[in-house]
Amino acid sequence: MLFYIFAALAVLSAGYLVLTRNLLYAGFSLLVTLLSLAGIYVLLFADFVAVLQLMVYVGGVLVLILFGIMLSSRVHDDSVLSKSSNKIWGTLVFLFVSTGLCYTILKTNFSLLPWLQAAETDVLGYQKSTVQSIGIKLMTDFVLPFEVASLLLLIALMGAAYIATENQKV
Amino acid sequence: MPLLAFVLAVGLMLLIVIVVVYAERKVAAFMQDRVGPTEAGPHGTLQPLLDVLKLLQKEDIIPAAADKKLFAIAPIMIFAAVFAGFAVIPLAPTLVPAGIGIGVFYLLAIISLDVVGLLMAGWGSNNKYAMLGAMRSVAQIVSYEIPAGLAILSVVMICQSLDFQEISYQQGVLINYFPGLEYELNWLFGIEALGINTTYVGGFFTWNIFRAPVMLVAFVIYFIASLAECNRAPFDIPEAESELVAGFHVEYSGFRFATFFLAEYAMMVLVCLVAVILFLGSWNTPLPNFGPLALANLTTGNPGGITGIFWGAFWLISKTLVLLFLQLWARWTYPRLRVDQLMHLCWKVLTPAALAVVLVAGVWRLLMV
Repeated sequence: MLFYIFAALAVLSAGYLVLTRNLLYAGFSLLVTLLSLAGIYVLLFADFVAVLQLMVYVGGVLVLILFGIMLSSRVHDDSVLSKSSNKIWGTLVFLFVSTGLCYTILKTNFSLLPWLQAAETDVLGYQKSTVQSIGIKLMTDFVLPFEVASLLLLIALMGAAYIATENQKV
Repeated sequence: MPLLAFVLAVGLMLLIVIVVVYAERKVAAFMQDRVGPTEAGPHGTLQPLLDVLKLLQKEDIIPAAADKKLFAIAPIMIFAAVFAGFAVIPLAPTLVPAGIGIGVFYLLAIISLDVVGLLMAGWGSNNKYAMLGAMRSVAQIVSYEIPAGLAILSVVMICQSLDFQEISYQQGVLINYFPGLEYELNWLFGIEALGINTTYVGGFFTWNIFRAPVMLVAFVIYFIASLAECNRAPFDIPEAESELVAGFHVEYSGFRFATFFLAEYAMMVLVCLVAVILFLGSWNTPLPNFGPLALANLTTGNPGGITGIFWGAFWLISKTLVLLFLQLWARWTYPRLRVDQLMHLCWKVLTPAALAVVLVAGVWRLLMV
C-alpha cells in the first residue's frame, strides 16, 4: 500500500517535472520525486541508500540546482521559463525507449527470477541496518573502486577550487 | 510505544519551545540590566502563550506579487524537516519514536531538507531582502554542515554505531541492557590499560567526552557549528535586522510567521538534544556511583519501568536546557560576525580542527579495543 503511494507520487511529480515550463517548479517537483524514491528504497530494506539519496541529492545536488536557477535569473524574469524545442525528435526517442522497455517487461517471466525468489526471505536477518555489511564490503571486495571514486572526487574538488580562484596565474 | 513517544515528543517540543521563548526574553533582559516581561501572569510567564495567541489571530497576508504556492508551502516544509528530525531522538531508555539503526545519518540528511524550505520562502516572497536572507542562510547552513558532520563522525567512530539509542546506552550504567552490548565494559578515558573500570560507576565518567577526551574538542566544534545551523547569534547574518529587515521571513505574518518561529526554536532544541545525546551522556545521570553510595543507580531508576522513563527524560531535558541557556548567553554576549569572518571561521578554523579530531578519534578507537 505504502509502495503505491510513493510510486504514484514519484510518477506524478516526475511527470510534472517534465511538463512544467517553470524551471523553479521543476526543481521543487524533483524534490518530491527524490523523496518518494527514498521512501521506496526504505521499503526495499535499503535504508542506507535511502538516507544517502536524501543527503546527496536533496541536500546537495538539488540545492545546487535551485541556487543555479535563482542566481542566474532575476525575479519574474522570462529566463525561469524554459522553451519546448525538438518536439519531433523528443517524441521519437520517447516512443523508441518506451517500446523497448515495455517489450522487455512483457517478455520477462518474473516468478522465475532468482533474486526475486531470494527476496521472499528476510533480507536483513538479525541486523538492524545494512550499514555494517555495506561497510565491510566496501573495505574488502570493493576497496579498489571505492578508493578510485574517492580519488576522482578529490580531483573534482581541486579542479573546482582552481576554476573558482580569481588569480589564474598560479 | 512509538505512538506514545511521538505524542510525548510533540508535547515536549512545544513545551520546551515555549520555555525557551520566555527564557530568551528574561535572559536578554537580565543581561542588559532590564526586567523583561512582567505583566502577563506571575513574572510574565504567560507572555509566550499570549504571543502565540496574538500571532494566530492576525490576518494571513500573502503579498500580491509573491509566488503564492511556494509562499504557502515554505513554512510547512521547514517545520516538517525540523520535526522529522525529532523522530529518532530517544527520550528515555525504552522510549524512542523510531529506533532506526542509522538514526544519526538520517538526522543529518533530513535536516538538510530545511535548506530547500528556506529557498522556497526566499524566492516565493519576491522580495530582495527575503531572497538575500535566504541565500545567506542557505550558504551558511551548507558550509557549517561540514564541521558539524565531521564532529558527529568522530563520535560515530568512537561509539561504532549510528543508532542514537545504542550511543545513549553506551554512556551510562545501563550499557549491558542494550542487545548486542551485553559484555561491553567502559574504562576511564576508554583505555583499558589504565585499569579503572567505570562500567558500574557510570555518571559523567562514562559520557562520551570522558570516554574519549578528544570528544570535548568535537563538542565545542559541533556546538559552534550548530549555532550557525540554526541562524543564532553570533551567526545571524541571514536575519541581520540592521541590513536585511528580517531575512527570509520578512513578508510573513500571522500563522505562517508563527510556524517559522516555531521551526526556528524547534531547531535550536533539536541541535541541543543531539549535542546532549552524542557528547553529554544522553539520558544518563551525571551522578556516579561512589562505592556504597549508588547515586547513579538511584538516579537512573528501573530501566523499562516508569521511574526509568521519568529519570531519563528528566536528565535529557535538564542537560538540553543548560545548552539552550548557553545559546541564549552567546546571543547576548557576542556581536554578529561579518560574512568573511563567518567563512574564515568555518573553512579555516573549524573544518581543519574537525578533520584533526576525526583523525585523533580514529587513533583513540584503536587504543580503546
